[in-house]
Amino acid sequence: MPEYLPPAVILIVAALLIGPTRGHVRSAIVLLAPLATLWAIWQVPDGVVLTVPFLDYQIEPVEGSDLRRLFATIFAIMAFAGGLFSFRQARWYELAAANAYAAGAVGVSFAGDLITLFLFWELMALFSTVIVWAGGTPAARAAGIRYAVMHLIGGVILKVGIEGTVVHTGSIDIMPVLATNFDTWMMLIGILINAAAPPVSAWLADAYPESSPTGSVFLSAFTTKTAVLALILLFPGEPVLIWVGIYMVMYGIIYALLENDARRILAYSIVNQVGFMVCAVGIGTQMALNGAAAHAFAHIIYKALLFMSAGVVVYRTGKSKCTELGGLFRTMPLTTVCGIIGALAISSFPLTSGFTTKSMISDAAASQHLVVVWYLLAAASAGVFLHAGIKFPWFVFFQKDSGLRPKDAPWNMAAAMVLFAVLCIVLGVYPQPFYELLPYPVDYEPYKPGKVLFYLQLLLFSGLAFFLLLPLMQRTRTISLDTDWVWRVALYRVAYGIGAAAGEAGGLLRETVERIRGDIGRFGRRHLGAGESGQDRGVFSQAWPIGVTALWIAVLLIAYVVVYLL
Amino acid sequence: MSGQPERDDRNDRKDRDHWLARPENIRLLWRGFWVVLALTVAAQIFIPVKGHFVVDGWLAFGAVFGFFSCLAMVLVAKALGYSLKRDEDYYLKGGYLEDMEDRDA
Repeated sequence: MPEYLPPAVILIVAALLIGPTRGHVRSAIVLLAPLATLWAIWQVPDGVVLTVPFLDYQIEPVEGSDLRRLFATIFAIMAFAGGLFSFRQARWYELAAANAYAAGAVGVSFAGDLITLFLFWELMALFSTVIVWAGGTPAARAAGIRYAVMHLIGGVILKVGIEGTVVHTGSIDIMPVLATNFDTWMMLIGILINAAAPPVSAWLADAYPESSPTGSVFLSAFTTKTAVLALILLFPGEPVLIWVGIYMVMYGIIYALLENDARRILAYSIVNQVGFMVCAVGIGTQMALNGAAAHAFAHIIYKALLFMSAGVVVYRTGKSKCTELGGLFRTMPLTTVCGIIGALAISSFPLTSGFTTKSMISDAAASQHLVVVWYLLAAASAGVFLHAGIKFPWFVFFQKDSGLRPKDAPWNMAAAMVLFAVLCIVLGVYPQPFYELLPYPVDYEPYKPGKVLFYLQLLLFSGLAFFLLLPLMQRTRTISLDTDWVWRVALYRVAYGIGAAAGEAGGLLRETVERIRGDIGRFGRRHLGAGESGQDRGVFSQAWPIGVTALWIAVLLIAYVVVYLL
Repeated sequence: MSGQPERDDRNDRKDRDHWLARPENIRLLWRGFWVVLALTVAAQIFIPVKGHFVVDGWLAFGAVFGFFSCLAMVLVAKALGYSLKRDEDYYLKGGYLEDMEDRDA
């Protein structure tokens, strides 16, 4: 009996029990398993606490550190709040999949070696796909298949990198490296696919909004943030990540500005926010890594809160398009207020969790004298307020009066939203206890008057820009093409074309074979076969006089002798 | 059905009465917003912003930078939109979704 059970095991057992149980027992499992996991997470001390022999390796399923506990903690909190939000509305298999998915995330957090990391990584891929499918529509099923294919490809690439690293270094340990050779590049690419990095960012905004109103809350939290954790563990200070991150930040803003579907706006802003974290990992200083970890923690809370408020709207109205929504603040005051708090937090407004965490990343860029990066991040901060901070609540809850008068959130959804809204503000107002949990010592004062003033100017004038430019941002019933066009349309057409060509070629081949066979048959009949009447026998099946035969044999013998002598 | 118009009337009256939806209050909110904007710039006279890279400490730099960044992003998005935007059932026309529905039926 090992001294420490991997905390992920609790969630896996819960996932297995949710199916066979019913009623209050099931509800209790959904709500208590994450809390038990949270308790177990805080029992894990620093260092490797569990080793298991596996093939020729000693794998380490549980290794503790401040960073690992921090990520595992937020994953467990997320599993609890997500469970609270959905346990009365979601189908049982979605809840079970969500627990298994969270188990994968907690497992990755404590993975002490690359093999364990990979196993839990794939667990997440499998069960997040189930959550996408739990959307239940044909569109959700199609999106789920595309999502699964993308993550299986990512998993294979990661596996290639891990295998190469293990073969060439002889070690399965998780150690900081830089992308310098084929193995490390493969690992980096495999992780970045899960982080929704370019050129495959499209999988995220394709799949998440197709899930159920409750499913998208779970999806928003785990996959991309475990990728951020893996980057912090494996690739801190990898310079290419700075520019990958900047690209993601800008991509998220532009596509969110073009988007009409409220949940898809939020999906694009996940890419945008993860971009900040990826950029911070690329900067790689202690302050930057603290910033990445802190921002991931805060981000999971406010992004889940935003998806919850959007989820309530979808649950109550069945609509998620900005063109069909608007004016909901009249009958959904609580959802509106919670949505606005989430929106302010994602925009890193002072006194919210976004401000106390994201500003660490900007300051880390400044202290490394990364001038261009700093200005781009500042511009992006303004852009976040534009595309998520105002656009989301404005078009969903205010804007025009859509005539919809839905009821406000059911009590459990409301409780989950209030919990996370309170956390957003607590982390923003009083961040010191949270700073204590970060992986490196924090010597950071978020609320310097000059800095607060700078960000207030930046954000409020972004707000001004939004309302003055509203005529340019009228929603249209459109989608925006992305790189997924390549595999959804171009490759589909190519595959269809190849299929059609192969079919045609096959037909042609069959025809040719038929013709040749016919020719042989005719030839045989003509020269060898006996005709039906016996009159028109083939040349070799007629009766010939013996003299002719002897003559032919003589000719053949002479030919043989001549060939032999030559 | 006969009770329907009455209820709609009552709803409409209630909407008109919601303080956030009234035009005079929206005008008031705008005025308040302008005042707050002016205050955040004016406050910089008393609270120095310690810039990291020269210009970001200038008066109203945050305001100008925030506004024009957003303007630039909206215009870029608008320009990209002309080539990237498609009808919302663009991917549904590919045929494979209908195939799946047919199979279910």
